[in-house]
Amino acid sequence: MKKLLSLFLLVLSVNVFASGGVQLQDADIDLTDKVSLQRGAKSFVTYCLGCHSAKQIRYLRVANDLGLDEKHVLDDIAPEGAGIYDQLHSAMNKHDAEKWFGTQPPDLSLIARSRGADWLYSYLKGFYVDKARPFGVNNAIFEDVGMPNPLWQLQGEQKPVFVNDGERRVLDKLVSASAGTQSPEEFDKTVNDLVNFLVYVGEPVQLERQKMGKYVLFFLFVFLAIAYLLKKEYWKDVH
Amino acid sequence: MNLKPTRLRMCGNWVLDRFPLAQVWNEHMAHYYAPKNFNFWYFFGSLALLVLVNQFVTGILLTMNYKPDAKFAFDSVEYIMRDVNWGWLVRYMHSTGASAFFIVVYLHMFRGLLYGSFKQPRELIWIFGMLLFVALMAEAFMGYLLPWGQMSYWGAQVIISLFSAIPVIGDDLALWIRGDYVISDATLNRFFAFHVIAVPLVLVLLVFMHIVALHEVGSNNPDGIDIKKSKDPWGHPVDGIPFHPYYTVKDVVGVAVFLIFFATIIFYMPEMGGYFLEHANFIPADPMKTPEHIAPVWYFTPFYSILRAIPDKFAGVIGMGGSIVVLFLLPWLDRGKVKSIRYRGGIYKKALMLFVVSFIALGYLGTQPVTPLATIMARIFTAYYFGFFLLMPIYTRWEKLKPVPSHLTTQPTLEERIPDMIAVFNEVIETKSVTTEEGTTELKKHFNPTGAKNVLIRTAKNLKESLD
Repeated sequence: MKKLLSLFLLVLSVNVFASGGVQLQDADIDLTDKVSLQRGAKSFVTYCLGCHSAKQIRYLRVANDLGLDEKHVLDDIAPEGAGIYDQLHSAMNKHDAEKWFGTQPPDLSLIARSRGADWLYSYLKGFYVDKARPFGVNNAIFEDVGMPNPLWQLQGEQKPVFVNDGERRVLDKLVSASAGTQSPEEFDKTVNDLVNFLVYVGEPVQLERQKMGKYVLFFLFVFLAIAYLLKKEYWKDVH
Repeated sequence: MNLKPTRLRMCGNWVLDRFPLAQVWNEHMAHYYAPKNFNFWYFFGSLALLVLVNQFVTGILLTMNYKPDAKFAFDSVEYIMRDVNWGWLVRYMHSTGASAFFIVVYLHMFRGLLYGSFKQPRELIWIFGMLLFVALMAEAFMGYLLPWGQMSYWGAQVIISLFSAIPVIGDDLALWIRGDYVISDATLNRFFAFHVIAVPLVLVLLVFMHIVALHEVGSNNPDGIDIKKSKDPWGHPVDGIPFHPYYTVKDVVGVAVFLIFFATIIFYMPEMGGYFLEHANFIPADPMKTPEHIAPVWYFTPFYSILRAIPDKFAGVIGMGGSIVVLFLLPWLDRGKVKSIRYRGGIYKKALMLFVVSFIALGYLGTQPVTPLATIMARIFTAYYFGFFLLMPIYTRWEKLKPVPSHLTTQPTLEERIPDMIAVFNEVIETKSVTTEEGTTELKKHFNPTGAKNVLIRTAKNLKESLD
């Protein structure tokens, strides 16, 4: 038995050692925070939609779910010319994208479901100056990513600090090189709102299903109680 | 019974004169005598049927909006999730149902191993059940391609390429299955056809045969004895009760408990931490980009582990196929004279326990990336997996059997065990009355280490005893 246990622990430790590098930071996701989602939607359209689409969601859905009226969404959030029934399409076409970036930037509708909120949060905060890269920036979470830092004006520039781990040079942390238009706290909030919005876009129905789940489970527990009593009644003569 | 011949009743009689509905009902429900001591493990047959119905109903609804086209498949699934009324619920019921199906079926098969339900005279029920399992795996595998995500695409690519390991005809066979040189629209279309009509038809037919074969010889029971040996003056088994209403009402309780778990997953954790819906499958299929880590869905991972554990590709394919084939042979591998684990020797109990451990370990390893240590572990567990079955003709002969009772025994029910559980709880968590500074007495609960130690020792002793 002891041998078996130690074998199991060995298997588990295989998993632990596999992770490493820069640690992910925790995003504070709260889909009930409508104001955060509205700010996130605004940031998304301002900073992301230029290159990335979110074609699985429409402005109308955003308006309904975020508690905004349609006119407000069209005037304040959506880019000029977008209609309320439109999906969140990017203005950049495929041809230009391939010329400028080598590939079409991925659609972000489901990015929060494939990458996770913490990853996105850390990634958006993880750009640092690297003159060797085509856009002058690299990323601590996604090494050699082919994307410039869209939020650099807000964040300012970050410098990497490397440590020598044996013969390899490993990224230790990022330090601020020049200040941006937002303070670090404000910037964290901006990124967090943006990630919050992306989590919402990944599955707009999340809040609805969680709310509904309570009633379904309540019904099922009542049903279980009745079914159990019925079973007891029928079985009382079986010995 | 003299009922007034109303017009409705006359219509009913018109049908009954021409169709043996009452006879079918009586034969399989009202006059089908089942042993009266079915326990927890006997819920999973009816639950498997429930999940099958769930998959049929939700599957039909999904096909109404799904597009089996490489260009539209991924987006049509998201369309169902977002724009179709209740589409998200239907889709989650279907995706969670797929995993639930395997959980239920694995537990159903384990019941067979526990109580010898595959043994004479129920060999054919086991064979039909195994065919069902194989059809279910085909159904799940082809269904998994349909959302057309990265894991759908590359998972199918890996599994179909296994056929190309077969000497001589391999490459042509893989090409024939795919209908193209890579997974493509042609593959998606044919998998859709198999998933929504061909395999479901096979499943329904096999379920029918599984149940007909079962009702011919009668159900096994946790004691593994034949209840037909002692009958009452009316020819009914003394230890049997009619399936309806006794087991229909009992199974409804099982259904309620199952649905509570099922609904919890659907409404609160539909991805199940990336096991039921894999994260990489939220990225559309891209033939140019191989994901870093390709892992099949959890229910295939034990067999995938066996495949990876064997160094040679073709041998690996044989090993994986063999791990299913040995299950078919089980009724003839097991030479034990007694059916139920309650009266079997310690060697089978220990072997079965280790088998469960190795099956779960293989499943876990299959979800993880390959490392040298993980490979060694997978090889050990693979060897054990095959050892459990292939050495069975030898070790089941040494078994020291216990005397089998002539009538069904009754075990304490969950309800009757509650006082014992409370006693154990009180032993571990002691309650003491303490006088506070103000002079009042309060009851304080605290953990009692000696009590916990005694409980642990007792549990270990009981476990050892039950394994002898």
